Amino acid sequence: MTIYPDLQGRSYPAAEVYDVGREKIREFARAVKATHPAHFDVDAAKALGHGDLVAPPTFAIIIAQRADAQLIEDPEAGIDFSRVVHADQRFIHHRPIFAGDRLVAELHVDGVRAMGGGAMITTRSEIFALGADDSREPVTTTSSSILVRGEGQ
Amino acid sequence: MSLSIHELSAGQEIGSRTIEVTRTDLVKYAGASGDFNPIHWNEAFATSVELPGVIAHGMFTMGSSVQLVTDWAGDPAAVVDFQTRFTKPVLVTDTTGTSAAGATIEVSGIIGKLDAEANTARVDLTVTAAGQKVLMKAQAVVKLA
Repeated sequence: MTIYPDLQGRSYPAAEVYDVGREKIREFARAVKATHPAHFDVDAAKALGHGDLVAPPTFAIIIAQRADAQLIEDPEAGIDFSRVVHADQRFIHHRPIFAGDRLVAELHVDGVRAMGGGAMITTRSEIFALGADDSREPVTTTSSSILVRGEGQ
Repeated sequence: MSLSIHELSAGQEIGSRTIEVTRTDLVKYAGASGDFNPIHWNEAFATSVELPGVIAHGMFTMGSSVQLVTDWAGDPAAVVDFQTRFTKPVLVTDTTGTSAAGATIEVSGIIGKLDAEANTARVDLTVTAAGQKVLMKAQAVVKLA
């Protein structure tokens, strides 16, 4: 396997807009076996002072992995998706994600290093909510490392 | 949200949770998250890439573990930072057509650190499956009232 150290420092600009829907929050919450009413019931979310349903803490992975796909599917990167193992993940929430948010993500490749016959790649997504005037409000910073396994790893 | 930093102390337990996982749960998580890597739903594919079998998405384990913290905090919006390392895969056996779980994940949490200035509590999670720690440095920072 060839490692591409020149990936480090590469950025992919915000592409498509992700519209956060109530049913998607409910579906994701069920999929992670979350039961908090603020994910399901608008009145329960409002009783906590929120404007709409609150996404679970790891919901941003949907947007982050869409951004990561730009790198993984980039033929120049040469990454075999079937040999990718998720090594670590972090979410820093500048504010919660709510139903009705319109989100975009900028992807940054922060690190690439050889690991055995493979490579460890660290990426960061800066997720912003678009305002009515296309202003950008920071919502979540996600970072993750993936190990692309070499043969026999 | 009613947790006050004055009522909490480092080392305090916040509770525990058992999560039963089936292959159906992994298919649901794949659909909800958009992560369709076949190592999470196809045995033949998983073994062909040198895995012991179908494994749970790391993000399924991370995402389902944090509910212990969310429920303790009383508001999912209070979780301002959440991180983990994925150390061991959670192998999920095929129990389709039965009521048995394909894997069982055990989650427990203690308060690791209190930050009076930021008014936050760091909850350290211990997450195991089949007797092994599957997450390391699983830490959730909760904004207090």
